[in-house]
Amino acid sequence: MIKIGGIRVPMREEPVQKRIKNFRSVPLGYTKKEAVAEAQRCILCMNAPCVVHCPVRMDVLGMVRKIAERYFKEAFLKIKEDNPIPAVAGRVCPQETQCECVCPLGQTGDGNGINIGKLEAFVADWAMENGVKEEFRIEERPEKVAVIGSGPSGISCAVDLRKFGYRVTVFEALHMAGGVLRYGIPAFRLPRNILDYEISTLTERGVQIKINRIVGQNVEFRDLRQEFDAIFIGTGAGAPRFMKIEGERLKGVYSANEFLIRINLMKAYDFPEYDTPIVCGERVGVIGAGNVTMDAARCALRLGAKDVHILYRRTKKESPARDEEIQHALEEGIVLHELINPTRLLGDENGWVKEVNLIRMKLGEPDSSGRPRPIPIEGSEFTMKLDTVVEAIGTEPNRLFLDRTPELETTRWGTIKVDEDLMSNIEGVFAGGDAITGGATVILALGDGRRAAKSIHEYISRRKE
Amino acid sequence: MGHFEGRRGDRVKHTIVRKETLSAENYLIEVTAPLVAEKYQPGQFVIIRLHGKGERVPLTVADVNSKKGTIVLVFQVVGKTTKELSTFQVGDTVIDCVGPLGNPSEIRKFGRVICVGGGTGVACLYPVIRALADAGNEVISIIGARTESSLLLEDEIRKISAEIYISTDDGSKGRHGLVTDVLEELIKKYKKSGGIDRVITIGPPVMMKAVADLTRPPGIRTIASLNTIVVDGSGMCGSCRVFVNGEMKLVCVSGPEFDAHKVHFEDVISRLTMFEEKEAQAMAYYEGKDTL
Repeated sequence: MIKIGGIRVPMREEPVQKRIKNFRSVPLGYTKKEAVAEAQRCILCMNAPCVVHCPVRMDVLGMVRKIAERYFKEAFLKIKEDNPIPAVAGRVCPQETQCECVCPLGQTGDGNGINIGKLEAFVADWAMENGVKEEFRIEERPEKVAVIGSGPSGISCAVDLRKFGYRVTVFEALHMAGGVLRYGIPAFRLPRNILDYEISTLTERGVQIKINRIVGQNVEFRDLRQEFDAIFIGTGAGAPRFMKIEGERLKGVYSANEFLIRINLMKAYDFPEYDTPIVCGERVGVIGAGNVTMDAARCALRLGAKDVHILYRRTKKESPARDEEIQHALEEGIVLHELINPTRLLGDENGWVKEVNLIRMKLGEPDSSGRPRPIPIEGSEFTMKLDTVVEAIGTEPNRLFLDRTPELETTRWGTIKVDEDLMSNIEGVFAGGDAITGGATVILALGDGRRAAKSIHEYISRRKE
Repeated sequence: MGHFEGRRGDRVKHTIVRKETLSAENYLIEVTAPLVAEKYQPGQFVIIRLHGKGERVPLTVADVNSKKGTIVLVFQVVGKTTKELSTFQVGDTVIDCVGPLGNPSEIRKFGRVICVGGGTGVACLYPVIRALADAGNEVISIIGARTESSLLLEDEIRKISAEIYISTDDGSKGRHGLVTDVLEELIKKYKKSGGIDRVITIGPPVMMKAVADLTRPPGIRTIASLNTIVVDGSGMCGSCRVFVNGEMKLVCVSGPEFDAHKVHFEDVISRLTMFEEKEAQAMAYYEGKDTL
């Protein structure tokens, strides 16, 4: 029976008490029946705002319609046209600010819009389980393109370049491909088998991935320029930002990057079966309130922390994290402290962090980010006992590559300058993703990768004429 | 540029082609790593991972053979990973060997340079000494170890140094004492005859701190190569952060060499112990499993 409108088919989730002890996926995914029921709620708007508002213009409406008709394969092929890694995007996109929020069924703000993210993940998972793949014929071209970085923008650029027929080599600095999807996003949000599968579809198509290659360090950028007809830079924003307050030298203080790399890339949660250690105390403070903050906080809980505190200088309303992540974190017992800011970290006699000085904040006029500026309230200082502190206040483009490539023009924020075709100041060298935005979303990076692939194709074709 | 070629999906094989036991706790292995061998310059390091469950550990490059595409690594057994690596034999492979990482040493003609090395730092210092000697410097080497049998590369260093001094903690070889005892005397000795143009020190941070404390009053330019805990080695994790003149620097991006007089060594020493307990746990787990 088709039921248009109505309330969302609830997503089954791993129960809180169980999930805080492991790194398995929290959402359990829709069954076929649930997915169909959810899709059948769609009222099939003529103007499809969900498509219009998607940064890669993925045919959301087409996908939902096909799922409603139980044509899962067609639904999958529809989304694959615009999104090379739907199983990932379905799980990490901020749907509530992109597509689900413009769904007429969710206009009242009750979170009742079509559950697009979960349907996307459902369809992608279904295709993976049933061996359904997007088929395209590749007409080989002789030109070679280098892609620097195997994160979201690099992946989407590489896939599209392959579709055009170019010989594509991806250079990855770490020992595994995936970029931020690999080192940044925990398995309980993005299971590793799904990430591995999405990346394997690249290599199956003939994209060559070279790991342990750090361009600017052990691979020269000028060598790449000689060997390749075009280059795409998708180096992301992988350098940690520190608050630059006293006490960051103490033991027990991590950047979110270090904390998450140890866990996600190195599997420190399986220590000592895996060699990489992590020290996580009982009272953990995570500074910030973005997705990375939520990830680090939830990881700390899973490592056995008793109390996990998020320390945020604004309020929950201003948090850039996905609603689902905040909700999951709070359900799991993580405390979100609003309007406080650390001013100093204090250590014990052995050099371990033991407490943090904080100051209360109030919200002022909007700042350059459009969010109200947090202002310290004088005389409101207090301390909190913590034995682990994770700084998750954002990242910035890695200087390692940029400093050694001075010919590449950057902005004063350290992002690479590009024109509307995503070409940098160097001819044939393109860039996209966090490397040009300074830190945004997976889906925007995917969009950039696609746009850059198109520009590279035009550039190479133009040059051949 | 052959290393851009190769079949898709393939990993470079890092095979051990030579292995030597240098002492009870020090080993030397020669590993195939063509990219590192091609690009390596003195002062740089590599990160290796033994297998799929391995951690990323920074290791010292003592030599390279760019023709053969191999590198020589010297390591001391200090924890689980180095213990396990010491059991690897010729023909075995390690899954990853990435590098060279960090910045090369500044090599030019300085004049009289004293190179002070301790422990496995001596192995790291060796290519630096050679490059300095090749650049026309008068290199005086001071190398130290706990005991005679753990002294590294003595003959090799003797060959390329203008002078060599040895010290051991137990007096079993050379001077009974610390490398800094020798350094102190040399500073006095050369005070009148043209002085010392540069000191380079690689070894345990406590030793490098002592070296810096000796050369600070006479104002001898001193460079220390820091061996912090490193995870990715490419500026991503911030684990290797050190404070130089009060400013936060990453060893893997701005180092590993820094002005020793400006490094806050207390933090370097303290932060190295962050995972001590875990390291002991890993070792116990490994040894327990080993006997199964």
